[in-house]
Amino acid sequence: MSHLTWNRKHLIGIEALSRQEIETIFTAANAFKKAMEADDKKQPYLAGRTIVNLFLEPSTRTRLAFEVAASRLSADTITVTADASSLTKGESLRDTAQNMAALKADMIIMRHPASGAPNYLSKVIDIPVINAGDGSHSHPTQALLDAFTLIEKLGNLDGKKVTILGDILFSRVARSNIICLQKLGAKVTVAGPSTLVPKGFESMGATVSHDLRYALEDADAVMLLRIQHERQSATHFPSIGEYTSMFGLNKFRAAWLKPEAIIMHPGPINRGVEIDSEVADSSRSVILRQVTNGIVVRMAVLHLCFCAHQKSQIQLPA
Amino acid sequence: MSQKLWIQGGRVIDPANQRDEISDVFVIDGRIVETMSETQKSDALKVDASGLVVAPGLVDIHVHFRDPGQTHKEDIRSGSAAAAAGGFTTVVCMPNTSPVCDNAGTIQRIMDKVERESVIKVLPTGCLTIGMNGEHLAPTGQLKAAGVVAMTDDGKCVQSNEIMRRAVEYAKMFDLPIMDHCQDASLTKGAVMNEGEWSLRLGLRGWPKAAEDIIVARNVILSELTGAHIHMQHVSSANSVDILRRAIARGIAVSGEASPHHIEFTDATLEDYDTGFKMNPPLRTDADREALIEGLIDGTLACIATDHAPHTVTEKDQEFDYAPFGIIGLENSLASSLETLYHGKRLSLSAVIALMTHKGAELCKLDAGTLSIGAAADICIFDPDEAWTVDPENFFSKSRNCPWIGRTLRGKVKATYVDGEAVFDGAHILK
Repeated sequence: MSHLTWNRKHLIGIEALSRQEIETIFTAANAFKKAMEADDKKQPYLAGRTIVNLFLEPSTRTRLAFEVAASRLSADTITVTADASSLTKGESLRDTAQNMAALKADMIIMRHPASGAPNYLSKVIDIPVINAGDGSHSHPTQALLDAFTLIEKLGNLDGKKVTILGDILFSRVARSNIICLQKLGAKVTVAGPSTLVPKGFESMGATVSHDLRYALEDADAVMLLRIQHERQSATHFPSIGEYTSMFGLNKFRAAWLKPEAIIMHPGPINRGVEIDSEVADSSRSVILRQVTNGIVVRMAVLHLCFCAHQKSQIQLPA
Repeated sequence: MSQKLWIQGGRVIDPANQRDEISDVFVIDGRIVETMSETQKSDALKVDASGLVVAPGLVDIHVHFRDPGQTHKEDIRSGSAAAAAGGFTTVVCMPNTSPVCDNAGTIQRIMDKVERESVIKVLPTGCLTIGMNGEHLAPTGQLKAAGVVAMTDDGKCVQSNEIMRRAVEYAKMFDLPIMDHCQDASLTKGAVMNEGEWSLRLGLRGWPKAAEDIIVARNVILSELTGAHIHMQHVSSANSVDILRRAIARGIAVSGEASPHHIEFTDATLEDYDTGFKMNPPLRTDADREALIEGLIDGTLACIATDHAPHTVTEKDQEFDYAPFGIIGLENSLASSLETLYHGKRLSLSAVIALMTHKGAELCKLDAGTLSIGAAADICIFDPDEAWTVDPENFFSKSRNCPWIGRTLRGKVKATYVDGEAVFDGAHILK
């Protein structure tokens, strides 16, 4: 019998979560992970429920991880993409979502190109809304699985230093991680070219650096982000080649890291651009562990939010 | 028989004439007169204004009535009714209608409709360039002959410095002011809110103040070059106020206006992606807000203008990035401005009224905004202290995109008179 409390039916961002709530998610994720490792993959908690994956922007990892998480909780899932939805016929997000609710969907997981879209959706619909990434704003489950992975590798994050390197300005992953990691006691440095890592991030508590060596040498973990071509105007830096030469993480620069420091990446990785293959595939890389943890963290989020929606007691695998 | 109106015992505030006293206002046949004979008094309509302020009808030199072309958002009837309910008796309409006001025929069509349907005095502006495309000058002389009071490509700032230079140089010949919506478009591609801490937090594309400052500076330089009067619409940035202040001190013929929302709200109001606070230029920071108020206090910013910009509920009810820019404010502009400036103890009641009456009128050379003897009897009677809650159910506008909805404000319009005729009684449009 668990004694977890969780009162949110939506997961829109990290901002509103307390440290205790984040740890509640990790407790549930740990229980799912233990069960998964014991080959007890499928749990019954969402049996008979229908989850809609409304993915209005391309995604591989996040969409698959949510689909796997939902099916591991015994839910039926339907995935809707922008091309295949009536949004291309001019239907509004409100109408699309309300129709899904009328079709008796029990939850909506949404990826959307516009920042704030899940905030909006959670106000116009009664069923739980789980944010799977909105514009440059937030990607809460990614930040949660990143922190979960960091804790697995580093233990308690109090006082730990995490450097996020790359295109911070357009990254929802960076924003959610800056908030999440600080809530868990870590210190965050954001690094990269000045046009993609503006000083303004200091207002969110992060240290801003354009000096790669400084940003790497005392980090306990470095998290790499890809250049988001799809969100940028072409004016933010000279070229991919220039980026790689100044900020790409190669073997030489990885040697600036402490020996025990770990390397993370939310994917998709662009080999030879922000990270060299020999670094991405090295023993200090936890990139694939992040993907696996993405299943159990999302199982935890779906389970907790649905329990809160149903006002039912939270059960976990023994 | 002549129509006579005797407004009794109010606090008459007429800033243009430095008048602020408990007194009476007399109107005969739509004109302000000094006094009436006993016989005239005996058959005048008497209005008790004791405890209320009697001011000139308010003047707003920046509104969008969407007529012709987008009359599902607003039209001349509904827009003018909203204006009357807000105490306004003269407004200047922006030319970004559909079709745009780049030809005398469209102006004539607007004037005809104003004549038939408007509750108040509605004056048109003409486009600076054909189609508001910033490429070819619009027929300024013909537009002036048709009745425009200023030239502007509001909403689409002329990007070419050569075209802008020629447009202002040409308009000067006709003694028409130029109003400019100061925005360097190359700096605002995809931008939806002020660039700063909040745009970073919210992951929304930021709109740097530099986009405004650069054009304000450009306009100062072009005004100096040509001698033309260039008026900066809805100034939102502290730097722009500073640029204007220095230019005015050097004797350059530039001016600026501030909007009630920019002096009250900041970009922090976007915390929950409320499209009701999405406008162009965007809400800025507290330092900018303060600089705008300072600009109004020292006269750098000559007047308050609402930029009343109606959009339908459906258009605003979507993802923040996709919702249109713009908010409405005519019906609560007096109250909001009084809250920020008068109740906020920054300016006297008389100074706030000046910013909302004769100051704007003078910029556009309008015969409006005073209670001078012989002037049109355009009058606004209001209670500066009465609190009311902004409720869209009571709007006369067709639209509801108003960030003040649900807020309680002090300053209630009790009656509006146009040419001595009551058009609003505090609750109803009477015309």
